Amino acid sequence: MSSTKFILGLFDDPDEMMNGIHKLQENSVPIYDVYTPMPIHGIDAKLGIKDSRLGYAAFMFGCTGGTVAFSMLYYMLVHDWPQNIGGKPHFAIPDFVPITFEWTVLFTAFGMVATFFYATHLFPGRTPRVMDLRATNDRFVIAIDAKGNIPHEDITNILKEAGAVEVKHNDRKYVSYE
Amino acid sequence: MASHSESIIREPLITGTDITYAKITDDVLAPVENTPTKAWWIGFIISSIAASLWVFAVSWTFWFGIGEWGLNKTVGWAWDITGFVWWVGIGHAGTLISAVLLLFRQNWRNSINRSAEAMTIFAVICAATYIVAHMGRPWMAVYSLPLPNQYGSLWVNFNSPLIWDVFAISTYFSVSLVFWYTGLLPDIATIRDRAKGWRQKIYSTLSFGWTGSVKTWQRFETVSLILAGISTPLVLSVHTIVSMDFATSLEPGWHTTIFPPYFVAGAIFSGFAMVQTLLLVTRKVLGLENYITMFHIESMNKIIILTGSIVGVAYLTEFFIAWYSGVEYEQYAFINRATGPYWWAYWSMMSCNVISPQLFWVKKWRTSIPFSWVLSIVVNIGMWFERFVIIVTSLHRDYIPSSWAMFHPTWVEVSIFIGSIGVFFTLFLLFIRVLPSVAMAEVKLLLKSSSEQAKKKILTDGHQDAEQVQFYKESLEKFDSVEMADYQKV
Repeated sequence: MSSTKFILGLFDDPDEMMNGIHKLQENSVPIYDVYTPMPIHGIDAKLGIKDSRLGYAAFMFGCTGGTVAFSMLYYMLVHDWPQNIGGKPHFAIPDFVPITFEWTVLFTAFGMVATFFYATHLFPGRTPRVMDLRATNDRFVIAIDAKGNIPHEDITNILKEAGAVEVKHNDRKYVSYE
Repeated sequence: MASHSESIIREPLITGTDITYAKITDDVLAPVENTPTKAWWIGFIISSIAASLWVFAVSWTFWFGIGEWGLNKTVGWAWDITGFVWWVGIGHAGTLISAVLLLFRQNWRNSINRSAEAMTIFAVICAATYIVAHMGRPWMAVYSLPLPNQYGSLWVNFNSPLIWDVFAISTYFSVSLVFWYTGLLPDIATIRDRAKGWRQKIYSTLSFGWTGSVKTWQRFETVSLILAGISTPLVLSVHTIVSMDFATSLEPGWHTTIFPPYFVAGAIFSGFAMVQTLLLVTRKVLGLENYITMFHIESMNKIIILTGSIVGVAYLTEFFIAWYSGVEYEQYAFINRATGPYWWAYWSMMSCNVISPQLFWVKKWRTSIPFSWVLSIVVNIGMWFERFVIIVTSLHRDYIPSSWAMFHPTWVEVSIFIGSIGVFFTLFLLFIRVLPSVAMAEVKLLLKSSSEQAKKKILTDGHQDAEQVQFYKESLEKFDSVEMADYQKV
C-alpha cells in the first residue's frame, strides 16, 4: 500500500488544466478540488458545483437592513419622541430615505461578506490548508484523493498527457502546516 | 475565460515580452518582499513629518479650541469643511474604478483598482478626521449617533442632512474597507505562500486561510459583483448627501437643486486626478510600467475630460439659474463670487477645473506623462478652490451688511491641511510597502487575452485584416513601455 494521500496535477496554463479536468472525467477519476491563482470560469460547471446562493443571502440582508433602519427612524421620530420642528409632519418619509438606503447597503455588504467567510471557513488566523504552495502564484492544481483511486500511475499518465508540468504524489494532505 | 482572445484592434492592457504568471507575482511583490528603496524612504520621511504636523495642529485645536482657527461669526465653515469635502471627493474615484468599471466590464480597471481603493480608504480617513476636528470637542462626536441617553432619550434629528452624512460616510468607509479587504485576500495568500518565518505567520493570519479552491473563487466572484452593485449607488449617494449639507440650507449660492449631480461629477473628477498623481509616480518607482500602461493613463485622462466638462457645465448652469431665478440674493452671491473680494479664488477654480482639463483633447498632451501629472495636480488645486468658493464666498457676505467679513486662515488650519496630505501619503506609502499595490489575481486574468505578447502572437500567426493590424500598430506608438522595433517585421 503506497503512502500517497493526494495526487496533484500541476499545470502552468489554465486551458491545459481545463483539458486535464476533462481527461480525468473521461476516465471517471473523481476530482477532489482544483486550486488556482485566479478565478477560472467554467471549472464550477465542469465539476458540477451549483451556483452560489450568496445573492439570495445578500438580498435578505438588504431587506433586513432597510427594515431595521426604517423601523428605527419611525420609532425615534414618530413613536418615542415626536418633536415639533416648525410644525412639520413627524412621519416625513422622504427624510427617512437616505438613512434607510445607507443601512440597506451596509447590512447587505456586511451580511453577505460574513456569510461568505462563514461558508468558506475564512477567518483571521485560520490555518491555511494549502496543498501546493505555488497554487496561489503560477500553478493551476488539480487535486485527486489517492485513496481508492488506483492505479496511481494511470492518473499520473492522464495528467501528464493533458499537459501537466509536474505531477506530485503527496504523503500529506496539506503542505502548509509546519 | 482565459483562452478567449479579443479583437486585435483593442490596445493591450499588459505590455512587455516574456510576461508569465510568475513574473506578474514577482513584479508586483518586489516592493513588498524587498527592503524599501531610497525613493520610498525619502517619500516616507517627508510625509511622516507632515503627518506629525497634523498631529500637532489637531492636538493644538483640541487643547485650545476652535478659536485657534480663523473662523468668525460670519464665516463659520472654511478650511475645515473645504478639506472634508475635498477628501471625500478624492475618495470617490476608487469606488468608481473598483465598482462602476467592474459593472461595465472595463478590464483596464484590474491593474489600478487596488491602489485606487486604498486611496479611497485613506482619503475617507482624512475626511473623517476633519469632521471630528471641526467639532473642537471630539468627545462630543458621540452625540451624532442615535444612542439611548439620560435626556429622554433625546434622539438625533434625522431630518438633518448632517446626520444623513454621518450614516453615509460611515457606511461608505466600512463598505469600501470590506470590498478592498475581500479583494486583497487572494493576493495576501500569495505573499503568505512565498514568505518564511514571522512574515509568513503575519500574512497567514491576514489571509484568513485562503486556498483558491473552486468554491472559494466562485463565491468570491459573486461577492465582488454584488459588492460592486451596491457600492455604485452608495458612492453616488455619499456625495449627494454631502451636497445636501449645503443644498438644503437657505444660503444663497448653496440652495440649488443642481448640487447633487454637480458634486458627484466633481468628486469623480478630483478623484481621478488624485489617482493620476499617485499612480504616475508609483508605476515609475515600483517599476509597474508594464501593468499600468499608457492605455490606463489615457483612459483616466479621458474620464477627467468628461467629468471636468460636466463640472464646467454645472458652473455655467449655476450662473444661468441664478440670473433666471430672479432672486436678487442668489444673483448677488454669484456676481460676488466672480467679481467680489474672492475673485481670485473663483477664477483659480474656473481656470483649473474648466479650462485645464480641456487641454486633454490634444492627444499628444494626454499621452504625455509629465503633462498628465502636472495637470492632475492643477485639477486637485482647482477642486480645492471649488469647495472654498462654495463655502467661504457664499458665507462671507451675510444678509446683514454689517456682518460682512473676510476669512483669514491661521497657521493651525494651514498645518491641519498640509498635515492631512501627509497622513494620506504616509498611509499610502505604508500600503505599497506591505500589501500588493496591484490586484495580481485580476491582472493574471488578462495575460492570455489582452496582453501585448498574446496580441503579438496573433499578429505573427497572420490571418488578420491588414488595416486592423496597421491600426493596432499605430495605437502602440504612444506606449512608453512597448518596444516598437519589435513590430518592424511582424
